Amino acid sequence: MDSRNTSRRTFLGLSMGLPLGAALAACGTSGPSQPGGGSSGGGAKATYWYLSVQPQEGVRTRAVERFNKANPNGQITGTPFQNDAYKTKIKTAIGAGQAPTIIWGWGGGTLRSYVKAGQVEDLTSFFDQNAAVKDRLFPSSFGAATIDGKIYAMPCETVQPIVLFHNKTAFEKIGAEPPQSWGDIMDLVPKFNKAGIAPFSLGGQSRWTNMMWLEFLLDRIGGTEVFQAVFDGEKGAWSNPAVLDMLTKVQELVKANGFIKGFSSITADSNADQALLYTGKAAMMLHGTWTYGGMSQDGGDFVPGGHLGYTNFPPVDGGKGDPSNTVGNPGQYLSISSKATPEQKEIAKKFFAEGVLTDQEGKEWVETGGVPIVKGADAAWAGSKDADFLNFVYGIASNAKVFAQSWDQALSPAAAEVLLDNIAKLFQLSISPQQWVDNMNAVIGQ
Amino acid sequence: MSAFAPTARRGTPPAATREGRGGVLPWLAVPALVVFVGFGVIPLIGVLFLSFTSWDGLGEINLSGLTSWQTVLADPGLPHALWITFLVIAASWAFQTPLSLLIGVFLAGRQRYRAVLAVVFFIPLLLSQAAIAIAYKALLDPNFGLGAGLHIDLLVQDWLGRPVLAFSVVIFVVSWQFIPFHSLIYQGGVRQIPRSMYEAAELDGAGRMRKFFSITLPQLKYTIITSSTLMVVGSLTFFDLIFVLTAGGPADATRVLALDMYKRGFQASLMGPASAIAVILVLVGLALALLLRRLGGRDPQASQLEGA
Repeated sequence: MDSRNTSRRTFLGLSMGLPLGAALAACGTSGPSQPGGGSSGGGAKATYWYLSVQPQEGVRTRAVERFNKANPNGQITGTPFQNDAYKTKIKTAIGAGQAPTIIWGWGGGTLRSYVKAGQVEDLTSFFDQNAAVKDRLFPSSFGAATIDGKIYAMPCETVQPIVLFHNKTAFEKIGAEPPQSWGDIMDLVPKFNKAGIAPFSLGGQSRWTNMMWLEFLLDRIGGTEVFQAVFDGEKGAWSNPAVLDMLTKVQELVKANGFIKGFSSITADSNADQALLYTGKAAMMLHGTWTYGGMSQDGGDFVPGGHLGYTNFPPVDGGKGDPSNTVGNPGQYLSISSKATPEQKEIAKKFFAEGVLTDQEGKEWVETGGVPIVKGADAAWAGSKDADFLNFVYGIASNAKVFAQSWDQALSPAAAEVLLDNIAKLFQLSISPQQWVDNMNAVIGQ
Repeated sequence: MSAFAPTARRGTPPAATREGRGGVLPWLAVPALVVFVGFGVIPLIGVLFLSFTSWDGLGEINLSGLTSWQTVLADPGLPHALWITFLVIAASWAFQTPLSLLIGVFLAGRQRYRAVLAVVFFIPLLLSQAAIAIAYKALLDPNFGLGAGLHIDLLVQDWLGRPVLAFSVVIFVVSWQFIPFHSLIYQGGVRQIPRSMYEAAELDGAGRMRKFFSITLPQLKYTIITSSTLMVVGSLTFFDLIFVLTAGGPADATRVLALDMYKRGFQASLMGPASAIAVILVLVGLALALLLRRLGGRDPQASQLEGA
């Protein structure tokens, strides 16, 4: 009898220990653990989690160092995390009451879920009292920080539209010009393939990279109202004919071998997609302007030698969208955990008022090829080696009729996951455009 | 998977010391029991409870009855993930068992070079799964990987971008790491077989093959069951390697149940449905382990060794 009981227990151990072990391992491996803002409270030390990957990581780290130097009594401890790991880590930490004092994010749908759970501080009165802090930033950056009329985050860092990069050397090789329309893109694809150059680089395993194609195509074909209807939760909003048209065009591009071989196993976090562009293995890449810094740093002569070209996403013939519109990150966002101690909150607010986007930090962002979201930032890059690119980004950001937030950031996490999942399947050609529309209509408003 | 080692170690004391004695011995199980209840039973009850709620991981936990279960059971993703999980179990078992068995028998020989090989061969098991996955991902990259670097066209495949290839790569990498572990089990099993049996067979004129099929294999029956149980239950919960290597892709071609659970729970913030999948995972694991136990006969503690 005894022996049987014990053996059953061993089974329970085997079968239950493993899933839990796996889940625990998943939580534990994403980064060094930090004492949470809520639990520590041992005096004047605030915590701050942000994204790794150079050169941006260095700018963030130095901003914290400068603040700490100026405020010996109110220190901030920063911890960097990788992009995709961070998205999971921060949610888990907030849910467990272990959030850092200062929460770095993209605003939008994720911020809304923090607000709904009462996890972040309402900063409306802070901005009322410190009008100067608010007034020096781009007004457009506050949209994704505002939930139901109240401001829950401090916009920071840079404005990052998504643009179409191209390798000029590759274009010279086949004697072609950068595409001016969707038709040009489809014409260029066979030409590049014939020359042994992949038309487009794409880090498809990250999925949001694929999504950028849909965002632009839908906007160019149907205008901004189509996604706005989805965002507002209108029933059947994905059934708009523009959506089917957009999905069909994407699949045509995939079928024509528009993307680099193996795109679905390349991750954006490894910067391999950028490497494909600057090594000349791919001719073009649709990506956020934040990749400019990485390509300047890693690409050797590619950026300094003037081999990197860039344009806004071209219009689609017969499309209704305004070709000046753009998509991307109108800014990055810092929120304060409501679980932090009053002392920690004070440090964080002081950091927002005095330590975020100082002139020095703005200058460093410019050096990475980023446009800080500070009014009159264009004065900072007069004579800079990246002035052309910075003017280009500044122009896109300030001329865009609509600067839309990335879909996965605008929607709730649950809806975003379904969206990304279906986008991956679309690019894998494992579902048809119509199936995509049906799958997505089923989760509207969630 | 790192969880292998602990499960192997979590064995109960040998039958002989346990049976027929009271007193202090049952108390020796208390530490294991405490750990098991703390990290096994209590979380399981928590997960069962969560599967009847809706929770985004941040806010309030609301009871929602069977909604999570209905969502999960109606989702075509579930049968797909179950099917992929089953394929992983079947393929990794079918690939690992014969190879581990042969290598185990080979390593059971007492020659010195075999001992050296055994040590070398053991190395993959010592590496972290995430590190292995990152290394293979880099090696298999069609643009910057091994094939492109050495200009070997045969190796320039979209290894992780095509469903069948990606699945095969997962099975290969898993096997590459765990065959050493199972070989070790078989090596031990083979060394337990009394020499006298082989000597008797040789006197009767049995050849190498005959000895393998008539003595080694039947004597290893329980070793095979042990190794298979570990393999099957371990494959059921493969997570880290697949997560890093393919993230369940391309699309959902390698999305096993454990990964599906993670994606729902931590990426989509749907803890209710994720918990329902966790419960399904536990049930499937229990069923498989019990099934393997039944296949092993009524009394797995019995031994065919002489003198036992």
